[in-house]
Amino acid sequence: MREVAIIGVGMNKWGELWEKSLRQVFTEAALLALDDAGVDKIDSMIVGCMSSGLFIGQEHLSSLLADYTGLAPVPAARVESACASGGLALRTGWIEVASGLSDVVLVGGVEKMTDVNGNEATFALGTAADQEYECYHGITFPGLYALMARAHMEKYGTTREQLAMVAVKNHANGSLNPLAQYPFKVSVEAVLSSVMVADPLRILDCSPITDGAAALVLCPVELARKLKKPVVKIIASGMATDSIALSSRKEITWIESTYLAAKKAYAMAGKKPEDINLVEVHDCFTIAEICVIEALGLVEKGKGGQAVESGLTALQGKIPVNTSGGLKAKGHPVGATGVAQAIEITKQLRGDAGPRQVKGARVGMTQNMGGSGGSSIVHIFERG
Amino acid sequence: MEGIIGYGASIPRNRIKVEEIAKVWGADAPSYKKGLLVEEKSVPSPDQDTITMSVEATKNALKRAGIDPREIGAVYIGSESHPYAVKPSGTVLAEAIGATPEVHTSDFEFACKAGTEGMFVAYGLVKAGLIKYGLGVGADTSQGAPGDALEYTAAAGAAAYLFGREKVIAEVLETYSYTTDTPDFWRREYQYYPQHGGRFTGDPAYFKHITGAARGIMAKAGLKPADFQYVIFHQPNGKFPLRAGEILGFARKQIEPGWLVNKLGNTYSGSSPLGLTATLDISKPGDMVLIVSYGSGAGSDGFVLRVTDRINEVRDLAPKTRELLEKNRNYLEYGTYAKFRHKIRKAD
Repeated sequence: MREVAIIGVGMNKWGELWEKSLRQVFTEAALLALDDAGVDKIDSMIVGCMSSGLFIGQEHLSSLLADYTGLAPVPAARVESACASGGLALRTGWIEVASGLSDVVLVGGVEKMTDVNGNEATFALGTAADQEYECYHGITFPGLYALMARAHMEKYGTTREQLAMVAVKNHANGSLNPLAQYPFKVSVEAVLSSVMVADPLRILDCSPITDGAAALVLCPVELARKLKKPVVKIIASGMATDSIALSSRKEITWIESTYLAAKKAYAMAGKKPEDINLVEVHDCFTIAEICVIEALGLVEKGKGGQAVESGLTALQGKIPVNTSGGLKAKGHPVGATGVAQAIEITKQLRGDAGPRQVKGARVGMTQNMGGSGGSSIVHIFERG
Repeated sequence: MEGIIGYGASIPRNRIKVEEIAKVWGADAPSYKKGLLVEEKSVPSPDQDTITMSVEATKNALKRAGIDPREIGAVYIGSESHPYAVKPSGTVLAEAIGATPEVHTSDFEFACKAGTEGMFVAYGLVKAGLIKYGLGVGADTSQGAPGDALEYTAAAGAAAYLFGREKVIAEVLETYSYTTDTPDFWRREYQYYPQHGGRFTGDPAYFKHITGAARGIMAKAGLKPADFQYVIFHQPNGKFPLRAGEILGFARKQIEPGWLVNKLGNTYSGSSPLGLTATLDISKPGDMVLIVSYGSGAGSDGFVLRVTDRINEVRDLAPKTRELLEKNRNYLEYGTYAKFRHKIRKAD
């Protein structure tokens, strides 16, 4: 397999982009990535998108977006793994370059979520859960993660305040990210007094509904060096699946798919958790970040809440988590999230992250997750 | 100079508290109160509707204007809850106040700005010299679907304005309208309750048009926020007008006299016009007042007013808006409210 590098990144400000359509949002990010890479021709294109069909009534995205970015007739594929669609797009693009099938691949992720109302968006997102065994009984994602949160609190003594501190940390990071949907700080008190969504989770524990896109250009490391681009290597890609129904898991506080995806990625990269300088994780809810940093082996099982409280995962901490602001503050256009995580790590490893730069960052990791952990995709990156 | 020669308000005495609605729907009342800055809202009685409230408000306006209703040349009611789909509300009002038959009558509809539209046209005809007096009324018994966020605010009330050339209470110094096609809130024919675009009703709808109209009219008039004693913005909830004020640079004390929504709810077409009646109740001669309405769909009308000496003569001739809001309240339980608002329907 060939070594693969990221040579271009593209992303515009995320938010409630009512004046733009999906194709416009995507095209802007794709063109920024192509400009950043300095290439005007690609061999193939992969798009991650969870549910354009339910959100805007449009499928056949791969061809639509190849056309509107002016890249047709390149081969293009749209991949889907719920909220991990972006991570899967990156993994698919990586496989294509690593295998030698293509040299330059555009990897993009996109979701346009605000063209429907809140109930319709909740329904669309709910399709990432098990329709027969979960949704049928009326539960939605905030409810599923609330069950995980309650169980984590009971089992490990994780506190309501510790959950809030995840949001506080990620908003503090997000306040330094001009592309974030909500680039402002929040306090623990604000989280604890925000609107109740699904006990114990309140609105400020939840990632928002977001329109946005993100794009990357991948190529072999050899070619990247010839193009004289700053090289960020993808040194591992791990993926694992699990039951998409929470009720089928052995432990609802443990995300096995993330654990297994990380295990494969660490082995492929020849790295251990302590070798990682910073991580972008899938904090769709505050409890998710706590469970995920445990499954990634960054902290002991059950200690995720304490880790946040102690400042371990803060921007200046030992292992900064979600320097971009995470899904919580940056926003969560589901199909774009996994790609945007890789953009943050690329910027950090290039030393381009501005006021939120982690000093001396050499190795970074992303963890992108579908549903309540039915799929997880972990990538490890290294400055080349 | 042309302007307002009489104004009057009508507010039903029934109220329902946010807690009472939240209790029925299993919702978190403190969150709604904090999120909307609304504590309770007015509810019409079974016999009250857009027409009866318009009549009451207009009678109060006539008391202040002291004119012969037969000289009113135009009667306009703006509402999104006209009792009839076909048959005007305005004819009933015109008949009830004795303005028929030599009168032009029309019903206006433009979501929550229909009231200021009626005012706009009545004033325009007076200024053009086509009529001696013109009447513009904003009135609604607004609809919010059971359990919808709108149910906490959809309220009832009316405000009436008579325009003329003499004995003017408040001169109209400038008018301005700001309109685009923005589908943030709608109700199709045969539907009981409106639908809305959730958060889309904020920035690209309410705030864009309110701030667009406010900035536009101030530029046209050569005025700035500090030149006004008072400002009234449409009040769909408590937060929106306060934030609009912050964005535009108005102080809380300029907004508060006309900010009724925390105890009144959103009276739709009556909302900013009732804010203005409450503001005129406490205005002094020479005060400058800015009113900017908002109607979904979407548009805003603005008026720059200068209060005259006559305000002191007419202020006490009819009930004041704050009195209507604060006195003689009757608190309803949800069941009675549901009956009054025809939320309980029998099968045919």
